Amino acid sequence: MTWVNTIVQGILLGGLYALFACGLSLMFGVMRIVNLAHGDLGVLAAFLAYSVMSATPLGAFWAVLIVLPVFAAFGYALQRGLIQRSLSISPLSTLLVTFGLSVVIQNALLEKYSADSRALNVGSLVTAALRVNASMSLSYLALLTFGLAIVVIVALQLFLSRSRTGRMMRAASDDPEAATLVGADSRHIYAVATAIAFATVALAGLMFAMRSSFDPSIGPTRLIFAFEAVVIGGLGSLWGTLLGGMVLGLAQTLGAQLDPTLLLLSGHVIFLAVLAFRPQGLIPQRKLA
Amino acid sequence: MTVLSVDGLTVHHGQLAAVVDLDLAVGEGETLAIIGANGAGKTTLLRTIAGVLRPTTGTIRYDGQDVTRMPAHRRVAAGIALVPEGRRLFPALTVAENLATGAYRKRPGPWSVDRIIELFPWMADRTGQAAASLSGGEQQAVAIGRALATNPRLLLLDELSLGLAPIVVRGLYERLPEILAQGTTVLLVEQDVSQALRVADQVCCLRGGRAALRGRPADLSAEQIQAAYFGAAATRNGDADADGTANVGALSVATGSDAGEETTR
Repeated sequence: MTWVNTIVQGILLGGLYALFACGLSLMFGVMRIVNLAHGDLGVLAAFLAYSVMSATPLGAFWAVLIVLPVFAAFGYALQRGLIQRSLSISPLSTLLVTFGLSVVIQNALLEKYSADSRALNVGSLVTAALRVNASMSLSYLALLTFGLAIVVIVALQLFLSRSRTGRMMRAASDDPEAATLVGADSRHIYAVATAIAFATVALAGLMFAMRSSFDPSIGPTRLIFAFEAVVIGGLGSLWGTLLGGMVLGLAQTLGAQLDPTLLLLSGHVIFLAVLAFRPQGLIPQRKLA
Repeated sequence: MTVLSVDGLTVHHGQLAAVVDLDLAVGEGETLAIIGANGAGKTTLLRTIAGVLRPTTGTIRYDGQDVTRMPAHRRVAAGIALVPEGRRLFPALTVAENLATGAYRKRPGPWSVDRIIELFPWMADRTGQAAASLSGGEQQAVAIGRALATNPRLLLLDELSLGLAPIVVRGLYERLPEILAQGTTVLLVEQDVSQALRVADQVCCLRGGRAALRGRPADLSAEQIQAAYFGAAATRNGDADADGTANVGALSVATGSDAGEETTR
């Protein structure tokens, strides 16, 4: 029964990783951008929500409703103002720009909030759990995160396959110049993709911050987990990212079940094994890119 | 009324001048065919008119308005659509989705996805198929359909015949009258000269980025076109005009070329 519990907890943890990773997957799928600031953006969102909740009587729910649109707008502006320019120079410069952004965010957060650990206060929700039986209880927060990950990925898939802008996003991913020849402003399309990616990473950052403490330095670890989820699932495939997140979560919890020190290592080993034996990922890209 | 006029257009690819000091005018509802050998600057010209390339000097006026600096996507909204060389469909998208991308700007006009499928009836059963799995001729039809879905006033067709069997090319050109019946102005680039002469109201032959010959197909002899195409008149008689147009009287037979282009009609 302990093993069943471990597997279920692993899958639920995978939901958080998938939520973190889908924005990374989207940006890579549409623009071939590897956003190295992705993890730090999630942390930035958490601090922003922390500030909103300390400065106002608003609760976590309202903080989410405020931070998400702010981050979407931030993503749109950043893409138009900064990332697009680097994109027209070379893929390498995009990597450098997002790396620089990561450094800037970490240090700005350190300056403003110090290195102390914080947590988003969600009251009793943080410990509330669904008690299935004597050996298994599922945290409502973990269930909520997992549910949000599924909702976000399904919504993104529907957006990409059904909506006019989503279709053009896939078209621009196939052939940016041909997309401009049917009337798409690729800068706008790209900025919308980045806005969506930023909103999802903000959501992931907030869900993370509700269940565990955070400080300005944890971004890169979040990025690595997200990156691993994307690669395990298959670059550019959103369903793959969901699956990759779950595989990573499972590997970590199963490893930790054997020996608590194996938590991180087992996840990395699975990642390396996928790279070595199935480099195209579990679900190779077909839909998006 | 003139839909498109190009004045003194020069376009460079790096150091190379692909189009040199070119003047063109296309009237409403007219079909102008640009012919010429490989590297004559035909594709460069179309891509510059579509807004993908920026000219070094010169102006492009569309509907009386200077569009030289207008980005490509806004030219689509204004009614200029290019069917690019090599089709350039979105391979991961289905036939229907490819056609629908053309309607992105929602420009009003006679063409809808349904109407395009009427034009190419075979598409009806295959709307859900990925564009990458179509044959070359089918892809070209979808590329034309996608451009029509933007409801263009000026349609630019780049080498419809490229890599396609003659019978397929004929099938595609048979659809052209239906497109023209909507009053669409067409500027087409074609290596298949006989095909171009059949459908065009006006012909312009480019050589080395300059207009070597222009006129109505009925007024031009096969020898004139051959001379302009391969450059024999200019080199043998040396009496080209200052603007690079060979004199109509300067007839000579170009021989010794194995380019294999059909220049009779």
